[in-house]
Amino acid sequence: MKLPARQRTTRDLKSLQRLMTATLVRPLTRTNRLQGRWTDGRTMKAVAESFIKPNDRLTALERLQIYARCYWFRLLDSFYDDCPGLRAVLGERKFMRLAEAYLAKYPSRSFTMRNLCSRLEKFIRSEPRLTAPHSALARDVVRFEWAQTVAFDGPSRPALTADDIADRPPTRLRLGLQPYLSLLALDYAADDFVIAVKKEGELSADASNTPVAAPRAAKLRRAARPKRGRVYVAVHRHDNMIYYKRLEPAAHRILRALRAGRTIAQAVGHVRGVTPENLQAWFKNWVELGWFCRRA
Amino acid sequence: MPANRFNAFTDYGIGIGLRVPHYRHILEKKPVVDWFEIISENFMVDGGRPLEVLDRILEQYRVVQHGVSMYFGSADPLDRTHLKKLKALVKRTKTPWLSDHLCWGSVDGTYTHDLLPMPYTFAAAKRTAEKIRQVRDYVEVPICVENVSSYAEFHVSEMTEWEFLSEVVELADCGILLDVNNIYVSSKNHGFNPYDYVNGVPPDRVGQIHVAGHTKFEKYILDTHDHPVLDPVWKLYAHAVRRSGVTATLLEWDDKIPSFQEVHDEALKANEFIAGARAAKKAAPAAASR
Repeated sequence: MKLPARQRTTRDLKSLQRLMTATLVRPLTRTNRLQGRWTDGRTMKAVAESFIKPNDRLTALERLQIYARCYWFRLLDSFYDDCPGLRAVLGERKFMRLAEAYLAKYPSRSFTMRNLCSRLEKFIRSEPRLTAPHSALARDVVRFEWAQTVAFDGPSRPALTADDIADRPPTRLRLGLQPYLSLLALDYAADDFVIAVKKEGELSADASNTPVAAPRAAKLRRAARPKRGRVYVAVHRHDNMIYYKRLEPAAHRILRALRAGRTIAQAVGHVRGVTPENLQAWFKNWVELGWFCRRA
Repeated sequence: MPANRFNAFTDYGIGIGLRVPHYRHILEKKPVVDWFEIISENFMVDGGRPLEVLDRILEQYRVVQHGVSMYFGSADPLDRTHLKKLKALVKRTKTPWLSDHLCWGSVDGTYTHDLLPMPYTFAAAKRTAEKIRQVRDYVEVPICVENVSSYAEFHVSEMTEWEFLSEVVELADCGILLDVNNIYVSSKNHGFNPYDYVNGVPPDRVGQIHVAGHTKFEKYILDTHDHPVLDPVWKLYAHAVRRSGVTATLLEWDDKIPSFQEVHDEALKANEFIAGARAAKKAAPAAASR
């Protein structure tokens, strides 16, 4: 990529911004430095000198490196905060390798770092070697941790009350589920595991735009990795606090069917062995929790 | 006398940044604060606790929005989804003005989440001003652009940073959020006189001022917002206030955040200089009439 000597157009500006971004999002070396060679074989020093001025104390490469470090430290910091469970599954070193590989493949595409982990489950599926031999557990933990993000600030719609639903024929009634509610079928009890490793107050509440150091290994509680065993979990919020609720398999199936657009009669008709009293109690509870809303 | 048209003619006094570690203190103790600055992006969400907290703050306090990812200086066109969310928040907060940085940080939809320095060229100034106008026309509040601290300069630059800032705000007809700490940090990193910078920007366009702390390293200074304001920055602030008059002022403290009281006390040190500016303003007409 060769830049014009003078910038006359927005296209020229874009060329410079593309080059600088490409240098920043490239993973650093183990000692947190820019890699020695650029993608076309030139030295990184030559690339930096092609667009950045040196000063009397710092070379062009050193100046560019300040920004590269800030980029990686900032994103890795956010990753650390968002994924305590995944860190506990993988250990610090493996977690770092995964985080760097993920961010190199999927740089942020959102104006907010809140969405940084939105493609992590997909990445883990496509790159199981990075989480082996705990890939299945890692996937479940990532799904659970992302569900917490959704529950924290995801959209909500006006909740339906018992009166809104009463007297409506179940054969025709289709209910929406709150967008912030995630229904998870997990092969491992990721909920118990994440709660066990999280230490209250360990998450960063800082907001600096200029991190000065790589993320520190924040202390996590030790917790044994869970044994394989199917669990069904709803991650939701109530009074703007995040909650996790274990579901019976049948309850999970009903809720999934409702979310897919089935009528209440169809959703309930697919499950076996649930007493009418249980069904009534579940629906009463779900209405109380505000999970139901009109379909979008 | 209120400040100027770029902060909607308000006289807001001294504010501090609304930060998570202080939420409980603010909501429970309801301390007297002139205003809070919020990071817009933290509240451009669809629901949940962030908006609940914001609404409770809005019941008690005046809030001004400060953005970190509009990236006026990015060559990319504006992100319409971002703009819609921003406008919704502007309606919610009734912010009298809106600020964001004179920088770039994304290209082709990839975000660095940083405030990257601009090449100081006429072409970049024109593009940046065009985007500022588009945002202002859409959100319908005055806009102030903030100078960033920087650690690198580009070969292609055709003017100084303050000339570039002045060019942009004149073309966009917008205000300036003058960050005197950023000026100080950049002056050390690039070897210019910070007073030349302050003297080089149009004083009547300064709608807000930021002060903050920074961290010195061996060969450069980083804008870390994790310390009290240093004396040279207060001196530069005093100079800026003398030039621009009484201006809404905000202390940024974003890392290693101490107690609410400590942050607020640090911010209130600005009163000393604002009082001086007020006195000078009062004295000026009297002197003129003699």
